[in-house]
Amino acid sequence: MLEGYTPIALQDPDPFELFKKHKDMLVLNDKPWNIESKAHLLDDKITPNSAMFIRNNGRIPENIDASNWVLTIDGESVKQPKSYSLRDLKTKFKQHTYQLTLECGGNGRSEYDPPAKGNQWSVGAVHCASWTGVRLKDILDDVGMKDDAVYIAYHSADTHLSGDPSKEPISRGCPVSKAMEAETLLAFQMNGKDIPLAHGYPLRLVAGGWPASVSGKWVNRISVRDIVHDGPKMTGTAYRVPCKSVAPGEKVKDEDMCIIESMPVKSLITYPKTGAMIKKDKTLSIRGHAWAGDFEVSKMEYSIDFGATWETCALDKPANRLAWQHFSADIKFPKTGYYEVWARATDSNGVSQPMVVPGWNPKGYLNNACHRIAVKVS
Amino acid sequence: MIEDKDFQERIKKAERTAYRAAFVTAIASVLLLITIYYPSFSFGASNTEVLAEVEADEDRIENGIHVRTGLKEAAGLMTVVNNCTNCHSSKLVIQNRMTEERWNETIKWMQKKQGLWELGDDQKIIVDYLVKNYPPQKKGRRLALTDIEWYELED
Repeated sequence: MLEGYTPIALQDPDPFELFKKHKDMLVLNDKPWNIESKAHLLDDKITPNSAMFIRNNGRIPENIDASNWVLTIDGESVKQPKSYSLRDLKTKFKQHTYQLTLECGGNGRSEYDPPAKGNQWSVGAVHCASWTGVRLKDILDDVGMKDDAVYIAYHSADTHLSGDPSKEPISRGCPVSKAMEAETLLAFQMNGKDIPLAHGYPLRLVAGGWPASVSGKWVNRISVRDIVHDGPKMTGTAYRVPCKSVAPGEKVKDEDMCIIESMPVKSLITYPKTGAMIKKDKTLSIRGHAWAGDFEVSKMEYSIDFGATWETCALDKPANRLAWQHFSADIKFPKTGYYEVWARATDSNGVSQPMVVPGWNPKGYLNNACHRIAVKVS
Repeated sequence: MIEDKDFQERIKKAERTAYRAAFVTAIASVLLLITIYYPSFSFGASNTEVLAEVEADEDRIENGIHVRTGLKEAAGLMTVVNNCTNCHSSKLVIQNRMTEERWNETIKWMQKKQGLWELGDDQKIIVDYLVKNYPPQKKGRRLALTDIEWYELED
């Protein structure tokens, strides 16, 4: 029958409709879904779902029953395992809301030379949404940890691409010290609503300032480990960089790779969109966001002469620790012609973004090179 | 980015193909309806032949591109399609630019960690296809901005 027959090309669901994403977002991979945002889509102070990048290692779980969702805390270093329903979490513990910056460890990977393997993210794998949930610390205190606790590890409901039910696509975590920070949440809301499915409904671990892969989605178990967690994507080269810097393309042994923790200082010009043409007598107002992993951004600058001179931008304090900060500046151009506006953030340790792509690493993580937009003045 | 441009062009091609496929289906449906209401009407081809043609289209090539996956038509194409697009998207293959050595390492990693089967003689065909059609590009320490869509910025 021809009726009801759909050609192959149309069988794939429309990801923009499926995930309610802006049509200008870029699909990097559809098996699994990996979708990147663009600088100009990230202009809001608090990122809406429509502009949030999606990064998956496995298949998004289906048929989630939130009313029967159970979070189990177990592992070598708990005094005894304990389980909580979502209702337990919501009613027995104090709720907190924080704006938290989550950036994919591989954001900017596309610029590395020689190229690094994986999704070729440009600049859009970062967001700062408002997350509501309970502190992981409060849960861990309620369960009781032994003195030998080293790491916490999440386990989730997503499934492996191979379909093998015995394999986890990803199970990462963080040292106990990060887990015990006030801003590390087990979140059940994003931007005041249930978390969208692609972002971890009904429960997500959120650890701002660290590679977003630490913030496990669809979390149903957290193990307190007496070793550095050794789950999938914790070992080998995954989310690791050479402990000592290496030449581009150099081979690095697994034992010489170190786990990425706090993300480096970075910023993004979110207005105007690159390619703006303005008249010479006009002032160009730029704005954007800057973030610095576990730290704060202390200075924001722009340059219209490829770094020969820098001017200071206005910079807001963060809404809370680990939230990105907003900057703005008004630019007058001295002559007509082609310009690039480059943005550079400096963190509270005095460390700035490089203008060139930083140290090469085998998996292309941590590219925090300055963002720039093109402007023509006539 | 050069790669972005390539990639976006492929997406656009895929979209155009989808529209074409939708158009073909629409035409086929009209033909079917006409045949149902006017059984004596003949197009010189039966319905089953029309259907078979649409299904065989799954691996069709347009402008040197395998429409379903976006991969370039070249020696080894179907070996790549059949071995490399079951577990992950062809988009992942197209984005990644690697040397022969690194593709072989990547295949070994997929076999160790991701459940990829032994490829046997197909491995050389696959790697040759990838290295020839998707070679690494020199980017240096920073590329110039390219593919800028210029627009008048209103106040």
